[in-house]
Order: sequence, then structure tokens, then C-alpha cells
Amino acid sequence: MTQVENFSTTAPEEATPLTPGQLMRRRAMGHTGFLIGAGLILGLTLIAIFAPLIAPHDPFVQSLSSRMLPPIWSEGGSWDHLLGTDQNGRDYLSRLIYGARVSISIGLGAATIGMLIGVTLGVLAGYFGGWVDHGVSFLLTAQLALPGLLLAMALVFIIGPSIWVVICIIGVLHWTYYLVVTRSATQRIRNLDFVAAAAASGATPRQIIWHEIVPNLVSQIIVIFTFELGIAILAEASLSFLGVGIQPPTPSWGLMIAEGKQAMFYRPWLVVLPGFCLFTLVIGANLMGDGLRDITAPEGRN
Amino acid sequence: MSKLLEINNLSVWLPLPAGRLHAVRDVSISLDRGEALGIVGESGSGKSMSALALMRLLPQRAEQSGKMLFDGTDLSGLSDTQYAQQFLGHRIAMIFQEPMTSLNPVYTIGRQLTEAAVRFGGYSQRAAWDRAIGLLDRVGIPDPRPRMSQYPHQLSGGQRQRVMIAMALMLEPELLIADEPTTALDVTVQAQILDLLTDLRREMGMAMILITHDLAVVTEQTDRVAVMYGGEMIEDGTAQSVMAAPAHPYTQALLRAIPRMKGAPRRLGAIPGTVPSLMQPPKGCIFAPRCDFVQEVCIESRPPEIGDADHSCRCILTDDIRPAFTPAEPINNHHIVLPNAEVVITARDITQIYHSRKGMFGPKHEIRAVDGVSLTLKRGETLALVGESGSGKSTLARIMLGLARPTSGTVEMLGRPVADLAPLERASLVQPIFQDPYSSLNPRRTLAEIIERPLVLRGDDDTQSRATKTREAMDMVRLPARMMYSYPSQISGGQRQRVAIARALITRPEALVCDEPTSALDVSVQAQILNLLQDLQAELGLSCLVITHDMAVVHQVANRVAVMLNGKLIEEGNCDSVLSSPTNDYTARLLAAAPQFRPELLTTQEATA
Repeated sequence: MTQVENFSTTAPEEATPLTPGQLMRRRAMGHTGFLIGAGLILGLTLIAIFAPLIAPHDPFVQSLSSRMLPPIWSEGGSWDHLLGTDQNGRDYLSRLIYGARVSISIGLGAATIGMLIGVTLGVLAGYFGGWVDHGVSFLLTAQLALPGLLLAMALVFIIGPSIWVVICIIGVLHWTYYLVVTRSATQRIRNLDFVAAAAASGATPRQIIWHEIVPNLVSQIIVIFTFELGIAILAEASLSFLGVGIQPPTPSWGLMIAEGKQAMFYRPWLVVLPGFCLFTLVIGANLMGDGLRDITAPEGRN
Repeated sequence: MSKLLEINNLSVWLPLPAGRLHAVRDVSISLDRGEALGIVGESGSGKSMSALALMRLLPQRAEQSGKMLFDGTDLSGLSDTQYAQQFLGHRIAMIFQEPMTSLNPVYTIGRQLTEAAVRFGGYSQRAAWDRAIGLLDRVGIPDPRPRMSQYPHQLSGGQRQRVMIAMALMLEPELLIADEPTTALDVTVQAQILDLLTDLRREMGMAMILITHDLAVVTEQTDRVAVMYGGEMIEDGTAQSVMAAPAHPYTQALLRAIPRMKGAPRRLGAIPGTVPSLMQPPKGCIFAPRCDFVQEVCIESRPPEIGDADHSCRCILTDDIRPAFTPAEPINNHHIVLPNAEVVITARDITQIYHSRKGMFGPKHEIRAVDGVSLTLKRGETLALVGESGSGKSTLARIMLGLARPTSGTVEMLGRPVADLAPLERASLVQPIFQDPYSSLNPRRTLAEIIERPLVLRGDDDTQSRATKTREAMDMVRLPARMMYSYPSQISGGQRQRVAIARALITRPEALVCDEPTSALDVSVQAQILNLLQDLQAELGLSCLVITHDMAVVHQVANRVAVMLNGKLIEEGNCDSVLSSPTNDYTARLLAAAPQFRPELLTTQEATA
């Protein structure tokens, strides 16, 4: 009995391996794509939050005397209106800054609603299997068979356009990706031994789902969330462009593109500038999502 | 004539997020034509990395240094393409551990066998086909001709490994590297494959490097043995001398850790401590922190290599000052037979039938996973349930745990049917320990959270008493309290298994159901866990149902044995009598196939030869 396995005393203290959190942070700091994406998203979010402080003008005030002024770098541009003005003489920079609020809140709101629906269904289908799984799979097939944008247009038209309606409708139509990923991940985790161990300790399905399964889905959910963020923002822009999304005079990038398109050939910045903002936000969301996927992947691919 | 293979001072580094891992350090290997070398080591010892370096299959960003000569040609001077065309397959071939994934599922066996021979070997399609059929026949695949047009999923695991061997032999290599070729296979199949490899090697005059963690396999199958530890080769010599008279303290300790089949069970020798981290290798001896004979010089500088070509080791201890190798003391206290002990779990006529359907409307198939099995587990005893994969032993375990309802039959715990017990009541009677320590702990929870979880579910304790009990449980399984806030990914496989045991014991159950508790662990760790289980059983009066395929483990821990085959119980009885005189054919075959570690036998062979 003298050879009992003692761990601590004789062996010199080894460098403690990193916790999962530390490891992730370290990978994040080394991932250029993630840093760029996160930087863009963070910057645009700050702009949206502090819009009243940053915007040089009131985005709603019209001035018929200064309509469609060019931006500063074109001939005739002035420091008063840095990015020019639109058809109604409203300051374009201020409208773009306020537009970030619409885009980001719709992105976050819709991605959250989609997440609630998709993750709930996915976890239930993956955990219980059988008829629950069949039912959820039917819902999924039905959803995939519907033309999303058309349905969104019809719904907004019927219910009536407002920012909340747009958020809810886009959210309700974007849960499939969450469902597919969480369902298969849940199926995999459900068969791992620690779930069986929890069941053997007398845990109920509800306790198993919340304590054992959901924590292991968090990283995947975050990744999908960032992708859906980009998709929801584009969906809002499309709806607004088509005239059934955000209604004037609220500044929305999609709506601004729609309003600018008549003058596109003579005043291209009216379309290019909101388009560029949209591009930056979505590419930021996608870079961040890509990065998060690499960072949270267990094998830590490089 | 030069040696067939000479590797000098091979080193391999792997860049990881946490730093640079020195996976292989200054390893030198030499191999004659037709010679079989066994490389033994526990996981993380660098044995596979050395072979992968030779095959140029190292992970992409790995760095290596050292010189490799194959039949006089310097391999490092060749480009990857030249190497692949001139050496791989023709002269050096490799077979891998996992036969289930090493064949491509979308191509036929025939195409996979002949592809390389036609492309690189200068065979015509027809000649390659004929040779493949001949080889399939030789490796023991019955009826080889129609097999050629079958797909991998139509073959069993053992047959796939045979196909892999045939594929490796297509171009008659001079050197065959087998990386754990039988670890994923059942015991009876394992024995056949190993014998086949040895026969083929003799027949074709091929040299072989057999990489394995199983010392018994090595002694049976190879001429020379190299023992690796922490990326270094610490001992090297003829199989006889290394196994019968191990020189390095690590090899000695490792041999003491193997459960034997013969004689009374001995307490397994466990090596204290854990495998070193290879991030910053020590400047001294790599084994020094765990060595019983460690001296000042061991920590200061690397020990020299002593001995001759027949047997050398990296240690400062010479023959005269080294303590002689002594096997561990026999233990007998655990074989106490309890005549009228109370029955803890009874299973009566358990039958489990699974139905499967091909597609939605296909014909129904019925699989009898467990077929009319009755078992009892008495207080304080260890019952071993033995069987190969697919015998239904794990299904039976889930049913006896109360986690699954059998199709028919009843399970009673302390005389009460399990169906009447509330989940929490059942949990306080019986707890499981699983095979894979990597999947039995939730990766997102700290060890303290994992261990105290059953108490949280029961809800009888406040935070204070939960913390106390958690600390007691960790103490009981010899885990240091400083690990409480670690995550499972930060600790080793053996430590994880301790956490799983602590979690199972924190509610003080009557019985444990251990499903292959040590088969995913290294030998020395297995010894630690088996010792721990035996100690705890004596301490707490636990009853254990141990499911295993390893006869040596059965001999080590069990009082009674039950043998399962195809869902049926075919033999049951006292451990000693079943192991010494099995009444059933299958049990006898299982016993004969188990690779046994018998260095005594080797020395007598040597003496008579």
C-alpha cells in the first residue's frame, strides 16, 4: 500500500494547461479575420448607439434649397454636408448614421427571434427523436419550400409595415439554419456518456437539456447568430427597397438605395454610400461568424 | 551489408496554440532485413509520431530533424513526390489502427487494392487483379473473387483489417509499419490478425515495425523491443531481455502494472504522477519526476545510454546498483467469498429486441440484443460480464442501471422492481462508470460542478455540505483539491476516470456498473484505476458489475464471471474455476486468444533454444 498514487507532492508543478476560455481568447487574438469582423461590428454598433451625438444634422429636417448636394470630394461639395444631401435636402451622413440603428436593431432582433424558434425546435427534435423529430422535420421542409422574401412581402403588406413587424416577420422566417445545426449537435451530445451519467443520477429531461446539452451548443449558436445577423440585415434592406419594409421618413439603408435609384446615373453616391454601409456591416458579421467558427471548433483548425 | 532502416536522432515538434510540443526527442532506430521491432509506449509517448515521420505523414505544420537512411539512401534528400514514387508502397507500407475508417467507403475492395499497383507498381490491370485475389486468399478472406467487387461496409472489422494488410502487401514492401493494428478489434480476431502478420513476415522476409501499447502483443510477436516514454526512447533491446530483465525503472514499473492471468492476483504496481508535459522538456531524465530511484544527477543532466547493442537503456543505474526487478506482492483479500450475502441487483429473463426498417416501407428486421439473460449481483462482490463487441453486454448494463426498459423481463434493486423506483431513488442505489473518459464528463463544466451534480439533483444538501462532500469524494479518488475548478480538457484520461468515479460515489450508491472502465486507458493508468476500484470496494462495501473484454482484468478484479455470446449468457461461475477450466467452448477460445504477458515463458524458451 505504499505505492499509492500520489499526485501532488513529488512531481514539480507543471505549467497548468489553459482553460477552454483562455484557449479561445488566445485563438481569437491570433485570428485576423475575426478581429477585423469584430472591429467593424463593434464600430458600427457604437455609431448606432451614439447616433444623436455623432450625427451633424437632424436626419429628418428637409431643406428644399439644398437638395442633392454632392459629397465633399465632388465638385460643389461643402463641409456643411460632408456626404451631401438627398432628394429632400436631408443630410446624407446623418441619415446613414441613423440608418445603422435600423439595420443593427433589425439584425439583432430578427436573429434573436429566429434563434429562439430554431434552437427550441432543434433541441427538442434532437433530444426526443421519434415523433417529435418527424414533426419538426416536417415543419422544416415546409419552411424551406416557401419563398421567403415573397412571403415576407405578403405578410408585411397584410399586417402593415412598422419596424417591429419587420423584425418579427424576418425572425419568424429565419430559423432553419439554427434548427439543422442544433438538432444534429443535440443528437450527437445526447449519446455521449455524460448525458447517460446525468440520467443515471436521476436528472429529468429538462434538467439534462439545460444543464448538459445547451451549454455545449452555445458556441455553435453564437456562430449561426452572426451569420443570421447578416442575412436579416440584407432581408430588411430588400424589403425596404421593395417598399414594404421600413417606411419613410425613417432612415433605412435599403430604403435610401430605393429612393436614390431614380437619380442613380447623375448622383451615384445616393446609392453607393448606403450600399457601402450595408456591405461593411454584413461583411463584418460574416467575418466575425467565420472567425468564431474557427475559434470555437474543438480541433482548432488554423 | 547496411541496415535496412536507420533513423538517427529523430526529433519532431508540433506547434500548438499553447506552445511548441516536443513530441519526439532524439530517437534512433535501426532495423535489419526481416527483423520485427516493437515500439511500445503509452499514449503521448511519441511512438506513432516516429512512424508518421518516416512515412512523411506528420501534421502539416510539424517540424522534424534527424537523419533517416533506408537501405543506404538518405530519405531527407528526396522530395515528397520522389519519395512517394520510389518508397511508399514499394518498399515501405503502413497499416493503421482503425479498419472502419481506413478504407474508402465509395470504392470497391478490388479497385482500392489494385489502384496503386497499376499506377506505381507497373502491374497491368489484370495482373494486379489476380495478385489481389491471391493476397486476399492468403490473408484469410474466404471466397476472395466475389469480395473484389464488394464495398467496405459489407465486410466485418477483422476482414477490413485483413484487406488493409493485403493492400499493404500488394507491392511486396521490404518494411511494414503496423500502427496499433489490432487495438480496435475483438480479442479472438486480434489473435488471428497478429498471427497472420507474423506468418506473412516470415514468408516474405519482410521487416516490420509494430507500434502498440500492449506489452503482451509485443513479447509474442517481435524480435526486438523499443520502449518509449515522453517522446524519448528509454530502453531498447531484444524482446527477451527487455521483457524478462527490464533495465529502466519505467519499463520495470510498466511491467508491474500489467494484470497477469496466472497465479493469485497481485496488487498492480502503479507509477505515481502523470506523463510529463512535452512543452518544456526537462534538461535531465524525462522520467525523473516519477522515478523511485531518482538522484541528484538525474535532474541535472540527461542520463547516458548504457548497455550494448542487445540491450541498452538511458539510465544512470547500472546492473550492479539497480535493485532487481521484483513482481508485486500477491493480494488475496478481495477474493473473500460471501456465502449468504444479500442480493443487490437481480435481472430476470431480460430480453431486449430492437426493430429496424430499411427506409419507410422496407421489411422489418428484428435484432435480439439480449436474449433471456438472468443475473444477480450480491453485496460486496465483483461480477465480471465478459463478451466481445455485439454480444449485448453494454445493452444489458444499461438495463441493469435502469436507464433502458427491456422488451421483457424485470430488474429488481434490493427486492424492488426498478420500474417502481423514482429516478432519484434508483440513482442512490446504482451508478455507472463508462468506458470513454473523454465523453463521460461535460466539457463545459468544472470538475467540482460535475462531481457535485448528483447532490444538486437530489436537493438534500446546502452549498456548504455539497462543497464538503465534493472535497471528500475527490480525496477518496486521490484527486488533489486544487483541480476543483479545472475543466475536463485540462486533465488526463486517468484523472477524468477518477472524476467519473467520484461523481458515481458521491451519493454513496450500493452498486457500481462499470462498462469497460479501463479499456480506453494506458496500462499504467489502468493499474491505478483498478487499484482504486478495489480499494474503494473494500472501503465502502460496494458491489460491482464490471463489463470487460479483457480476461486479465477479469482475473484481477472479479469474484464471479458471466460470459455472453450473441445476447445469451453461455457460462457463469466462480472466477477461478471458469478461468482455469471453462466448460464452454467459446469461453475457452476467448481465454486462449487473450494475449498474455509471460516473460517467464520467454526465458525458458531461450534456455531450451
